[in-house]
Amino acid sequence: MFWIGLLTALGLVFAAPHLVGNEFYLRTGYTVLQFVVLATAWNLLGGYAGYVNFGAAAFFAVGAYTTVFLYKLFPLFQVPVWMIFLMVPAAGLVAGLLGLITGLLTLRLRGVYFSIATLALAVVMHTVVTNWRFIGGATGVSILPPREVPLAFMFHSYVEFLFVMMGCITVAALLLARYVERSWIGRGLAAIRDDEDAAECMGVPTLRLKLFAATLSGCLFGVAGAPLPYQVGYIEPMSAFSLVYAVNALAMPMIGGTATWLGPLLGALLLGSAQEAARVTISSELNLLITGALLIVFVVVAPQGLIGLLRRLRGTP
Amino acid sequence: MLNLELFCNALTIGVLLGGVYCALAIGLSVSFGLLDVVNIAHPAFIVLGAYAASLMGQWFSCDPILAGVLMTPFFFLVGRALYQIYYLSFERRGAEALRGMAFFFGLMFIIEVGLIMSFGVDYRVAEASYIGVSYQVGWLGIPLRLLLPFLVSLAMAALLLLFLGRTFTGRAIRAVAQDRMALMLMGADPVRIKQIAFGLSLGSCAVAGSLLLIIIPVEPSVGRVYIGQVFAIVVLAGLGSVSGTLVAGLLLGVAESLVAKFYGPSWAPAVSFGILLAVLGFRPAGLFGR
Amino acid sequence: MSAPLLEVRGLSKRFGGFTALRAVDMVVGPGERVGLIGPNGSGKTTLINCISGALRQDQGEIRLAGQDISRLPAHRRTRLGIARSFQIPRPFHSMTVLENLAIPLEYVAHRGSHRTSTEHEAREIRDEGMHILEQMNLQTKADAKSEELTQIELRKLELARALAARPQLLLADEAMAGLSGGEIDEVLEILLELNTRGIAVLMIEHIMRAVMGFSERVVCLDAGARIAEGTPELIVQDPVVERAYLGE
Repeated sequence: MFWIGLLTALGLVFAAPHLVGNEFYLRTGYTVLQFVVLATAWNLLGGYAGYVNFGAAAFFAVGAYTTVFLYKLFPLFQVPVWMIFLMVPAAGLVAGLLGLITGLLTLRLRGVYFSIATLALAVVMHTVVTNWRFIGGATGVSILPPREVPLAFMFHSYVEFLFVMMGCITVAALLLARYVERSWIGRGLAAIRDDEDAAECMGVPTLRLKLFAATLSGCLFGVAGAPLPYQVGYIEPMSAFSLVYAVNALAMPMIGGTATWLGPLLGALLLGSAQEAARVTISSELNLLITGALLIVFVVVAPQGLIGLLRRLRGTP
Repeated sequence: MLNLELFCNALTIGVLLGGVYCALAIGLSVSFGLLDVVNIAHPAFIVLGAYAASLMGQWFSCDPILAGVLMTPFFFLVGRALYQIYYLSFERRGAEALRGMAFFFGLMFIIEVGLIMSFGVDYRVAEASYIGVSYQVGWLGIPLRLLLPFLVSLAMAALLLLFLGRTFTGRAIRAVAQDRMALMLMGADPVRIKQIAFGLSLGSCAVAGSLLLIIIPVEPSVGRVYIGQVFAIVVLAGLGSVSGTLVAGLLLGVAESLVAKFYGPSWAPAVSFGILLAVLGFRPAGLFGR
Repeated sequence: MSAPLLEVRGLSKRFGGFTALRAVDMVVGPGERVGLIGPNGSGKTTLINCISGALRQDQGEIRLAGQDISRLPAHRRTRLGIARSFQIPRPFHSMTVLENLAIPLEYVAHRGSHRTSTEHEAREIRDEGMHILEQMNLQTKADAKSEELTQIELRKLELARALAARPQLLLADEAMAGLSGGEIDEVLEILLELNTRGIAVLMIEHIMRAVMGFSERVVCLDAGARIAEGTPELIVQDPVVERAYLGE
């Protein structure tokens, strides 16, 4: 059942550029898919293990800036097609490393200190990037797209290519989340979330599992950010480290439901689409305000998220 | 000689700043240190207080510090209401800490975006007669802009400590942190006590906000920068030690000022982050913690 | 007596200014039933926490079957053979009773094989879990969530979970607190049955008839120090113990 859905999704991703004529929708689709990855990444640590990351923007921006760094580092190769494929793993690596380091520093402590550290981390990374001239500093960097469209036999335009790439990343992220959730790792993380001390006494290597989740989560955040410079063409710290990413990364899974991989997907699809639709009709601030309000409402009233509500309606607890 | 002057200057600024930091953090020392409520939105409320003071100055030509004091009762009431919501939604149900934190994060976000929508992203500064005036002590310049908030912070801290130490409610607040059962046996309702405590915590944000407005230009996202600061101070002081926030605030203020002077102001946020990690790594109980 | 299973030497633990344990020495032999008694605040739970690894001692040494485990994290000690049940039951509330058991089964008993986890492995774990539940007469609640269990069922779950870790030593922290007479007997029977299978039991308990009836040897703590040790008959008559409980 699941595999049918997976293949269908993959098929849709590749077919979309041909079905959808307007490039605008492909750009919107990219943004929504990006949020699916962000939500899924957040949920690995937040939903599965119960450790809240408030600084998703830091890891996401690190991913984007890894791309920028490589772009600037190899001026001769600024435009080759395969560089784009290199950026994604590189970004994942760097962001994952950042997740590991943050985890090593703070995961031995109470969950609240990890959360505060992620907030502080976002501020510090913002400062680092703003002061680093090589990758653009406060003024930012513009990224030129390659002259030829990568894999030109499949794609007519650059936007199409990026959309499909994000689509594949999304499917991979969901697969990863589903695998972790159903594996022994996922069960261990659930035990940690329910009662960390009891889990440790029951033989669960809590620190190691938490570090794993933090690293994987950071890695996925970075991967989501890697294509961003090419998508928007211009990267600067204010927007890369925008609070929008931190809030959405948290709100989408919490509204969708944090217990399974479906929650972030649902939350991101619904909320992301609504945000994109609303962006053209109402101000972007009001958009965000509504997101924040929804977060609070759901956290107070429907803590199991939409998935939880659906389950209750169907009768399964 | 020049270096010594710079050093002393930075030290003085650091001390004055540290005192004000104490005012920023003291409310959190009550909500997080005593009540174990992870109010991430605390700095956001301070920014809200700053805007309130700015508006009062704009509409009624009111002195910012006076404005802060006048707004305190309103913030107190909001704090009480907020705690009630928090208690009913999370604490009573025994919910995971995650959801309480997400609640305050959402609140912080709404406040910031709300401010942006209402006032835009321009900086706001305080208008008062003492801004721009400096006392000269030898070659040391002490700006009134910092000295006055410093004194007000000390006064506020002293008041709060007196309240916690000398009044029944204050002692009950101290007690509820340590032994809920004993408090109930004394005939006090723990929930009501915690409500009052959280109200005080938020009430302090009104004054703290007005002080913030005096010392730096304020815009909606400024709160996020101070999250690291206030939590670092509370943790450095030690959870449960409200009096310790003064010492911790001074230490942080001096450290930040020295770093800013000799390494550049943009590294200041890293100082609080560094202190937070260092304390949690080597002495999690802080300086004076239980 | 054969080589001791658990050796505690000179264990000290302070919390700020308060000394919870003062250079405590203790020994548990393989398959032995030891009772740990003492007035409230004497350090019994702190001692258990240090042995299980939930707390790190300030001074002293802990050895399990001769191996120094003083600096090992709790999950490693569990894998080496120490299991504990909590004073107030701490089940994993998002999981069913059987899933609760699956955690120690997967992480301790069946370790190493979960990397090549198959249907077969999962079924083995399920079967072993059901088997343990049957011994506790808890099998009907296998798919229930912890919030649906009664007090005694929760305590049985605590013991079942500890048992799933295939321990050599079980630390039972007030497993019978708050239970009625018949329920106390039920839990005692379970503990005795475990013991006949070779599992050593270190029991903290306030219910005197349970401790004295169950233990082969009793250790008494007061204000963090060991003040008496001996057979239940001797301890019951010991004036030092009486003074500790009743005061002068």
